[in-house]
Amino acid sequence: MSATRLRAEGVSVRLDGSTVLDGVDLEVRGGELVALVGPNGAGKSTLLAALAGDLDLDAGTVRLGEREVRSMRSLDLARRRAVLPQQGRLAFGFLVREVVAMGRAPWARTGHEDDDERLVDEALQRADVVHLTERRYPTLSGGERARTDLARVLAQDTAVVLLDEPTAALDIRHQEAVLSVARNLARVGRAVVVVLHDLSLAAAYADRICVLARGAVRADGAPHEVLTAELLGEVYQHPVRVVDVDGALVVVPVREEASCDALLS
Amino acid sequence: MTAVPVTAAQRRTSVRRVGLLGMLSLALLTAVVVAAGRGQLDVAPAEVVGSLLHRLGLDLGPMPSHPQGDVTLWTVRFPRVVMAAVAGAALATAGALMQGIFGNPLAEPGVVGVSAGAALAASTVIVFDLALVGTWTVALFAFVGGLVTTILVYLLSRDGGRTEVVTLVLTGIAVNAVASAGLAFLLFLGDQQAREEIVFWQLGSLNGSRWEQVGVAAPFMVVGLVAAMAMSRRLDLLALGDRAARHVGVDVERLRMGAIVVVALLTAAAVAFCGIIAFVGLVVPHLVRLLAGPGHRLLVPASALGGALLLVVADLGARTLVAYADLPIGMLTSLVGGPFFFWLIRRARRTSGAWA
Repeated sequence: MSATRLRAEGVSVRLDGSTVLDGVDLEVRGGELVALVGPNGAGKSTLLAALAGDLDLDAGTVRLGEREVRSMRSLDLARRRAVLPQQGRLAFGFLVREVVAMGRAPWARTGHEDDDERLVDEALQRADVVHLTERRYPTLSGGERARTDLARVLAQDTAVVLLDEPTAALDIRHQEAVLSVARNLARVGRAVVVVLHDLSLAAAYADRICVLARGAVRADGAPHEVLTAELLGEVYQHPVRVVDVDGALVVVPVREEASCDALLS
Repeated sequence: MTAVPVTAAQRRTSVRRVGLLGMLSLALLTAVVVAAGRGQLDVAPAEVVGSLLHRLGLDLGPMPSHPQGDVTLWTVRFPRVVMAAVAGAALATAGALMQGIFGNPLAEPGVVGVSAGAALAASTVIVFDLALVGTWTVALFAFVGGLVTTILVYLLSRDGGRTEVVTLVLTGIAVNAVASAGLAFLLFLGDQQAREEIVFWQLGSLNGSRWEQVGVAAPFMVVGLVAAMAMSRRLDLLALGDRAARHVGVDVERLRMGAIVVVALLTAAAVAFCGIIAFVGLVVPHLVRLLAGPGHRLLVPASALGGALLLVVADLGARTLVAYADLPIGMLTSLVGGPFFFWLIRRARRTSGAWA
């Protein structure tokens, strides 16, 4: 494992008087894909925003490499970390290719500018949006927008990549494809943090899973350590079963009618 | 994007860029020559060109045949036509900038209160008969009023180091309302002559434009335009939203503050000498976006040229549509711009998706 790229220590955030994050510690190394999971309102997106340097913290620090994120200029931050927002929006009808090229903006007037064309092309391919290149962003479907935003993030070519629910609007094929892209980023040494709702997806792709509940880290470790029926049942306040299907962990909520044994037999 | 091999898409973009800017420049030059020749004393376009060339020291083309022709051109027509071009370019550029920082194609300088603030300050001068710097006082107050209002709106709508677009727009509405009330009070206070002056100033007119006024407005416009061009790439990124723009390295607050000062500069430069001329800042950038897409690197210069063209043509209409009458140009642009804008909204919603 390489050095720590991103480190949150004792991060607390209060929004409108209520504590959203309470003393969160998280460490992400290069080459690692960390999934943030947890029930609605657990603070996943807030933690991601804190890691991205978007928020003033009430306590604690977030360090990107050696430097505190809140003390960095937005341009320096943009050259070190990229962020995929939960919901992509765009005020004007730019072409998909233009939107992806926006990811190259932090590298304008640097030596890396020469790579713009190649990286944009690669990003379009990896996010599977080559066929949309000449379309205008506002005319795309939700899933197509999400993939275009992902391509923009890939084009930014940063050591730290933060993805906020990248699979929310996607079909099964693209869910798998997007998380494969994320895992490949980790394989080449990037530090990747992904907010996910689908625990089975998290189990399949993450090196580590961090479970958040009510603004605090409830568990942090390898998928098979963290994803237990007891822990998840308590955190989500709904009984679940964790089943091993040919080596892959699958998390299934317990339902009154159809038993999951029948479904999976 | 400089040293890489040029792709087909990029080549198309640059051809479109040169084509659009070239066409607009050509149309603007033609409009200036035709507009300068038309009026109570008609001068043929060839003679207008001849007069221009002679001034430049080139002994080419025919001089105006009418004995007063040359004098009329240089003391009345040219200042007015150039002023129209300068004001149009300034207003359209201000509109494009404002829409960029609001991330909303419906925003325009008037929304933020520049026009109302400028009108209020200018009317104060008229009613109380202030003359600190002679005939320049009205113009100066209009400029300062516009600038102060814009900065005020910005500061009022700022909360916790950032500006929500909705708050900014709503603050603009509130400021506009107060400024309108102030204007109504001044109309009530003023005597007959002051009232007439205020009303005409509000209607907008290029009547009586002088070279000295052009000499003040033009540098403002040029500085504003250059500043707007320098911001154009960052304005593109702002379309992603404040947060995502920050994620790709834009210092959003600084960009927005800078853009607002430039908008105030551009709008006030036009408003100070020509009164309130609405819709130029809305219609022109819209049309350019339909033709050339939303990228600000083309949108800003094309809007400047388009705005200049529009006001030169509109002013020609104002002078010649009704014989022996100089219609208020602000009335004319609103009359045509309002329904046109409505049509644009309907059309753009169908073809390019949501407004955001």
